[in-house]
Amino acid sequence: MVPTMFGITIISFLIIHLAPGEPTDKMTDMNPKISAAAKEKMRAMYNLDKPLHIQYGLWLKRFAVLDFGRSFSPDARPVLDKILERMPVTIFINVASLAIILFLSLPIGVLSAIKPNSWFDRGSTLFVFLGFSTPGFWLALLLMILFGVHLGWLPVSGIRSINHDDFTAFGKIIDITRHLLMPILLSSLTSLAFMSRLTRQSMLEVTKQDYITTARSKGCSENSVYYHHALRNALLPLVTVLGLSIPGLIGGSVIFETIFSIPGMGQLFFESVMSRDYPMVMGVLVIGSGLTLIGNLTADVCYGLVDPRIRYE
Amino acid sequence: MSDNRKGSFWEIVFNRLKKDRFAVYGGGIVALLFFVALSAPVISPYDPGDVETSRLLEAPSMEHWLGTDELGRDVLSRMIYGSRISLMVGFIAVGLATFIGILVGAVSGYYGRWVDEAAMRFVDVMLTIPSFFLILAVITMLEPSIVNVMIVIGITGWMGVARLVRAEFLSLKERDFVAAARSIGQSDFMIIFRHILPNAMAPVLVSATLGIAGAILTESALSFLGIGVQPPTPSWGSILTEGKNYIEFAWWLSLFPGLAILITVLGYNLLGEALRDALDTRLN
Repeated sequence: MVPTMFGITIISFLIIHLAPGEPTDKMTDMNPKISAAAKEKMRAMYNLDKPLHIQYGLWLKRFAVLDFGRSFSPDARPVLDKILERMPVTIFINVASLAIILFLSLPIGVLSAIKPNSWFDRGSTLFVFLGFSTPGFWLALLLMILFGVHLGWLPVSGIRSINHDDFTAFGKIIDITRHLLMPILLSSLTSLAFMSRLTRQSMLEVTKQDYITTARSKGCSENSVYYHHALRNALLPLVTVLGLSIPGLIGGSVIFETIFSIPGMGQLFFESVMSRDYPMVMGVLVIGSGLTLIGNLTADVCYGLVDPRIRYE
Repeated sequence: MSDNRKGSFWEIVFNRLKKDRFAVYGGGIVALLFFVALSAPVISPYDPGDVETSRLLEAPSMEHWLGTDELGRDVLSRMIYGSRISLMVGFIAVGLATFIGILVGAVSGYYGRWVDEAAMRFVDVMLTIPSFFLILAVITMLEPSIVNVMIVIGITGWMGVARLVRAEFLSLKERDFVAAARSIGQSDFMIIFRHILPNAMAPVLVSATLGIAGAILTESALSFLGIGVQPPTPSWGSILTEGKNYIEFAWWLSLFPGLAILITVLGYNLLGEALRDALDTRLN
C-alpha cells in the first residue's frame, strides 16, 4: 500500500505540474498593473520558480506530517481543512450508493439466474443494459425537472433546506435524506446495473459446478442449493468487483455534486482543477486515491470473510 | 482454433453473432451510427451552424423535427453532425487505449520479472486514482478540444487492456508454438506480435467494444461540464449543456441528445456482450 501511495503522489504531481501555464498566470494576466518583478515574487512565494523535483521534495516533506499546504484560492485556507469539511457528504453518498448496489444487485442477479429467460430475467436484463448505457448527468437533469420542478416532490440542490435549523432532529434527517435521495440513487445506477449482471453471470457459472449437482443429488431443497451452496461461491468475484467500482463512484461524484450543487469533494475538485489550485488538486487526488485504497483493503478483508480458504494461505 | 466443422474461427464467431439477438440489435445500432455520421452532409435537413434568429427555441414541428435551439439552429441537424464526434471519440480514444494497453501488457507478460513487476505496480497506481478525477486533472493540462478529449480518454483508459493482455501472455508464452518459434530463431518482436498477440486478441476485442461505450459516455460528460468539445462544434454532450439552461420550457434540447447517447452506448454494450459470448471458446 505504501509504494502505491508513493506512486500516486508522483503521478499526481507530474500531471499537475507538467501542465502548460501556471496558476499565477490566471491571477496576473487580467491585471495590467502587475509588473514582471511582482509576478516573479509571486512565483517565488508559491515555490513555482524552483525545479520540479525540488518542488516535489518540498511537497513530500510536508505530506509526511499530513500538511497539504494552503489553497491558492483567495481564502488561502489549509488544503486539509477544506477537504475534511467536504469529505463527509461525499463519503456518505458513496457508502449509501454501495449499500444500495449491494442490497439490490444481489437479489436481482440471483433471481434472474435461478430462472434464466423468465420474464423477470428479461426485465432485469433490459434494466441492466439501460442502466449502464444511460448518461447519469442526463438522467439527473430529467429527474430534477420531473421531481423537482414539475412535481415539486424533492429539492434539486444543496443538502439542506433554508429553514433546516428550525426542524426537529428527525425532521433534519428527513430533510437531508430528501436532498440526497436523487444523487445517491443516480450515482448507484451504473454500478448497480453492472453488479446485477455480474451476479447473474456468476450464479449461472457456479450452478454448473459439480458440487451443485452433488448438493442436488443428496436431496437438498432447491432453496438450499441456491442460497446455501451456490450464492456463497458466486459472491467471491463480486467482492473484488465491488472494491474496484469505488474509484468510479468517487470520480462520479464530480458530476452529481456539480449538478445538484452538493458541497462535497467532487465539487471542490472541479473548482480547484478549473482554477489551477495546485495544492488543492494535489490534495484531493491523493486523498481520493487514499479512500480508494481503503475501499480496496476493505474488499480484501471481506474476501477473507466470504472465502475461508483465503485465511489459511 | 482446431474447429474443422465449419470453417475458420472468425467464421464460427460470425455465425454465432448472427444468431444472437443482442448482436443483431447492437450491430444494427452501430451500423446506423456509422451511416448517419458518414452521410451527415447529405441527410441533415439544415446546416448545423445556420442561425435563424426568428425561430429561437421552437418546439418540434414538421419543419424542425426535433425543434430549434437558443440560436435558432436545427437540433436534428446538429445531432446528426454530433454523431461524428461520438463515432470519432469512440474509435480514436479506444484505439489509443488499446494500443498502449497491448504494448504494456505484452511486454509485461512476455518478459516477466522486474519489467512485469514495474508495469503492474504502475497499473495499480493508475487504477487507484479515481478515474474521473484523473481525466479532469489531465484535461486541464491541455486546452479543451475534441482531439485532447480523445487523447485523455485514451491515456487514462489502457490499464484494463494491459491486465487482460498480460494474463493472456502469461499462459500463451508457455505453449509449444512459442517454443517452436523460438527454436527457429524468431526475434522477441516477432514472437510477441506475430505469434502470441493474434491468439490474445479475443478478450481485447470485447473490452474495446465495451470501452467505446464508456468513452462516448465520458466524452459527453466532459462536454457537459464544459471542458470537452467546445462550441460551436456540435456534440451530443455540448448540445445538452446548452440545453440545460432552457430545460424548463425547451425539453427537446435536453431529451433528444441524451437519448442519442443512450441508444449509441446501448448499441456498443449489446455488441460487446454478444462478442463476449461468441468469442468464449469454452462454450464450444
